[in-house]
Amino acid sequence: MPAVSKGDGMRGLAVFISDIRNCKSKEAEIKRINKELANIRSKFKGDKALDGYSKKKYVCKLLFIFLLGHDIDFGHMEAVNLLSSNKYTEKQIGYLFISVLVNSNSDLIRLINNAIKNDLSSRNPTFMNLALHCIANVGSREMAEAFAADVPRILVAGDTMDSVKQSAALCLLRLNRTSPDLIPMGEWTSRVVHLLNDQHLGVVTAATSLIITLAQKNPDDFKTSVSLAVARLSRIVTSASTDLQDYTYYFVAAPWLSVKLLRLLQCYPPPEDAAIRGRLTECLETILNKAQEPPKSKKVQHSNAKNAVLFEAISLIIHHDSEPTLLVRACNQLGQFLQHRETNLRYLALESMCTLASSEFSHEAVKTHIETVINALKTERDVSVRQRAVDLLYAMCDRSNAKQIVAEMLSYLETADYSIREEIVLKVAILAEKYAVEYTWYVDTILNLIRIAGDYVSEEVWYRVIQIVINRDDVQGYAAKTVFEALQAPACHENLVKVGGYILGEFGNLIAGDPRSSPLIQFNLLHSKFHLCSVPTRALLLSAYVKFINLFPEVKGTIQEVLRSDSQLRNADVELQQRAVEYLRLSCIASTDILATVLEEMPPFPERESSILAKLKKKKGSGTVSDVEDTRKERNTNVNGSTDHTTATTNTKPSPSSFVSDLLAAAPPPTNRPRPVPSSSILHMPLSPLSPQAYAVHSAAPLTPFYQVTSSPSSDLLGLGNSSAVNSGSPPAASNAASLLVDVFSESLPVAPLGTASAPIIEENFSRFVCKNNGVLYENQLLQIGLKSEFRQNLGRMYVFYGNKTSTQFLNFSASVVCHEPLNAQLNVHTKTADPVVDGGAQLQQILNIECLSDFVEAPVLNINFRYGGSVQNIAVRLPVTLNKFFQPTEMMSQDFFQRWKQLSDPQQEVQKIFKAKHSMDTEITKAKIIGFGTALLDGVDPNPSNFVGAGVIHTKTIQVGCLLRLEPNTQAQMYRLTLRTSRGSVSQRLCDLLSEQF
Amino acid sequence: MQFMLLFSRQGKLRLQKWYVPLSDKEKKKITRELVQTVLARKPKMCSFLEWRDLKIVYKRYASLYFCCAIEDQDNELITLEIIHRYVELLDKYFGSVCELDIIFNFEKAYFILDEFLLGGEAQETSKKNVLKAIEQADLLQENLDFQIRLFPGVLGPNVSAESSGLFQS
Repeated sequence: MPAVSKGDGMRGLAVFISDIRNCKSKEAEIKRINKELANIRSKFKGDKALDGYSKKKYVCKLLFIFLLGHDIDFGHMEAVNLLSSNKYTEKQIGYLFISVLVNSNSDLIRLINNAIKNDLSSRNPTFMNLALHCIANVGSREMAEAFAADVPRILVAGDTMDSVKQSAALCLLRLNRTSPDLIPMGEWTSRVVHLLNDQHLGVVTAATSLIITLAQKNPDDFKTSVSLAVARLSRIVTSASTDLQDYTYYFVAAPWLSVKLLRLLQCYPPPEDAAIRGRLTECLETILNKAQEPPKSKKVQHSNAKNAVLFEAISLIIHHDSEPTLLVRACNQLGQFLQHRETNLRYLALESMCTLASSEFSHEAVKTHIETVINALKTERDVSVRQRAVDLLYAMCDRSNAKQIVAEMLSYLETADYSIREEIVLKVAILAEKYAVEYTWYVDTILNLIRIAGDYVSEEVWYRVIQIVINRDDVQGYAAKTVFEALQAPACHENLVKVGGYILGEFGNLIAGDPRSSPLIQFNLLHSKFHLCSVPTRALLLSAYVKFINLFPEVKGTIQEVLRSDSQLRNADVELQQRAVEYLRLSCIASTDILATVLEEMPPFPERESSILAKLKKKKGSGTVSDVEDTRKERNTNVNGSTDHTTATTNTKPSPSSFVSDLLAAAPPPTNRPRPVPSSSILHMPLSPLSPQAYAVHSAAPLTPFYQVTSSPSSDLLGLGNSSAVNSGSPPAASNAASLLVDVFSESLPVAPLGTASAPIIEENFSRFVCKNNGVLYENQLLQIGLKSEFRQNLGRMYVFYGNKTSTQFLNFSASVVCHEPLNAQLNVHTKTADPVVDGGAQLQQILNIECLSDFVEAPVLNINFRYGGSVQNIAVRLPVTLNKFFQPTEMMSQDFFQRWKQLSDPQQEVQKIFKAKHSMDTEITKAKIIGFGTALLDGVDPNPSNFVGAGVIHTKTIQVGCLLRLEPNTQAQMYRLTLRTSRGSVSQRLCDLLSEQF
Repeated sequence: MQFMLLFSRQGKLRLQKWYVPLSDKEKKKITRELVQTVLARKPKMCSFLEWRDLKIVYKRYASLYFCCAIEDQDNELITLEIIHRYVELLDKYFGSVCELDIIFNFEKAYFILDEFLLGGEAQETSKKNVLKAIEQADLLQENLDFQIRLFPGVLGPNVSAESSGLFQS
């Protein structure tokens, strides 16, 4: 059948399109296009004035060429000329060209805007509509500036035609989306809300879209829309299907409008007015009832439209999350859809149930569908549906069904599509960790993950299993045995070799008693994989070998031989060669004691703190060491057979929820950092031999004193080494130099300022630093103290600048930091001694190294003493080291957020404060403060867009605490409500106190 | 809705409408990627898929794919019916519409779309009202010449698929 050109055919255009379609090749097409472009150009440039029709035709051809994907660099002027034509079709083509090929050429924009202005004021509705369509299609800032006043005026003017109102409403919506700042709210806003009552359903449909957009940004201004929307919805839902005439779509009354009204209601909490609320509940019940009625038509359009309204109603029910009966009904309805023959409905039911799973009212109801969902995972033919099933299983998982769900996900992983494997791996890893009751199960699960989908197991996952094995001695033997068995497979994934190498290197001794896994067999097993592995894995294996030398003296010879071979000692890779050389030398010259110290078992993680500090602390003397030991022992006794997960994991191990955020927050990837090739001296060796993620703590720490102290004896180190007798219990391997260094760090314990009465502690600027790190902390006529600080994980460094504002020297200058009980056990602050003289006008810099051991409330005090002229000055300033400094932000999706929020529902985990705003309630400033506070600011999580939601993890040496916060401003009352939920009540309290002072 | 694309089974783009500002380069990239993704899907698969941070809703009518990108909060099923209503409008206007109608009268396809959707939202969902607006516009034009029917000779070869009505399959 020939295509029919309706209305005004442009024969030249049709011929040109045919020509293009007849082109046999891309080259021919380009040739034809270039010919046409040359023709059009000459026509436009020619002396003969073109008539409107020709201009229209050529502009249309240019448009066609552009839509084919070619660049067009002329013709804009001709298109603009068409805008002022009196002939509708010419004007129309002009506008189409402008809409598609908008050009930011400013001269042109002015001309275009002029033409639009003329049409808007023409009072010809067809022309007005064209102009409004053009503004809506282009939606540029220039247009928003030019028409920000006109469009609202047209929208609410009494004499505007309905069709123009519709265009104006959506035109305004578009401008509001692109340049909200240019669209001032005003008198028109209240009149827009009343468009919900308009007689013309087309106007109501367009206006509802606009109101949704506006209400999301300014909920308070559009509150009145709620009752109007409920009334309108109620009328639609109860109408007979013929009442609405052409707005009835396949026997469904105004489905588009219904969906939009339900959407609008999702911008607000449930209506407070009981009557309105009751009416809305009735509407929702009616919609749910209709789903059970026999269909009025067999057409898919009928069921689609009906179900579109139903799903939107369910979204609203979930959003309100307040009517248990409705929630359960919604869940049952979705359950029916899970088995529906329409793939689309199954997909949507899985998707929608995911959100239901996080409501406390319906979580259990969702769980009853587990078998259906697992079945979907196995039988659905469409990957996007299976993906939804995975998501839902993840969302419905809790302790009661974790084992089943993880097992099903693992078995699905064997055949899963490549596109979603990595995501599944991550989900399995998270669930296994979150709901692990026995850690043997956790280890099995992760090893299975590596076996099934090794390529998709990211570093974070296998780091994590190692961290957990290291930190939990009840699982170490099992882990060693399991990896040993897994490594027996002829072909195993390289990630398994990494985990295996690491674990056997640490804990191989635990299974060495069994002759089937004797040291030599272990070594041979690992070494049989060596040649198939990449360089980083080989490097890790070399470290495992040297650990073997320490664990099993009987295989020392065998391993030395391997290290000595040319393929190691002369390896082309500098890292491998270096390790081989250094390990070989180490094993030859070091005494057993030194070897045992250097190659000692890894200390418990988290190791993201400075590794040297950690090691030193462990060596520091019985007090702190036993801390660590005690907690480990305590844990042991606790854990055996204990099912109570939380009590078992209080101290060294983060609580389950922070665990997860930890995994998600993804520690900085510990790759082998490039380093300069070291000199051949064996003395430099321990500073660099091992890959940082693995053994850096170990090798670097105990030997550091040998070089650092002796080779660069800085005066302050010596100056502080005045109490070397303290450390009677330091291990034999530590030399004098080592204990010297140890003392440096023990210096962080409180030292009273010398012979001075304590000055009152100044705190006036303290709270200013809660959300920022730099600035002036204190100033008087003599002295200015500035701060610059940075924090990472549980460590911080603070640069303190002391500015002498006078022209006279400060003498005997000293500045020290004091942590009073109980802070001294929670925070380590190491101060380097400042220079005792500060010249007039000069600035002195002092560095503080800070380590957070556990959560704390108090802040340290900075004591400053100096002599100025004849008098001694004492100043004590509260140092703004606050708990929130040790935040790492955590990004998460709405669903995750609320799931965790719910998990932290113990009364003592939540702290809430309602307080009056002290500053202007500016959204941007508030956002900046929350980010400055250290959490991630989560957009789109809170259903109410004016609320702020944040998440982060507090890192301390002993624990990590996941924190969720929510700040709800009430601009009318000038009040805020701040809610903090963390796994530790003390942390919630402190964070709430700190943050509430900021607004 | 962020954008709507119409493309043929051969992957030729027939209509593109963008409701968010994007560079030409980005538009081309998105088009390429989506056309490929959608064409690779099998007939009985579901009409929705996740793509980047958007939801794609698509449906095939005869030789043409209609494909919409909507945001997370938007309703998939109602979008499917947006597509259907647009096809109905085209069908009514052209009289048993086929892909060729859209190729040769692409400007009309854009005009009808603008009457139906604006700024990515439904402006007028009544079929009668949309067609009335378009026909009024047609009446406005000079009733002079150029009422040309295209003859089969002009169309070129291989038109069978493109000339089959969208509602016939």
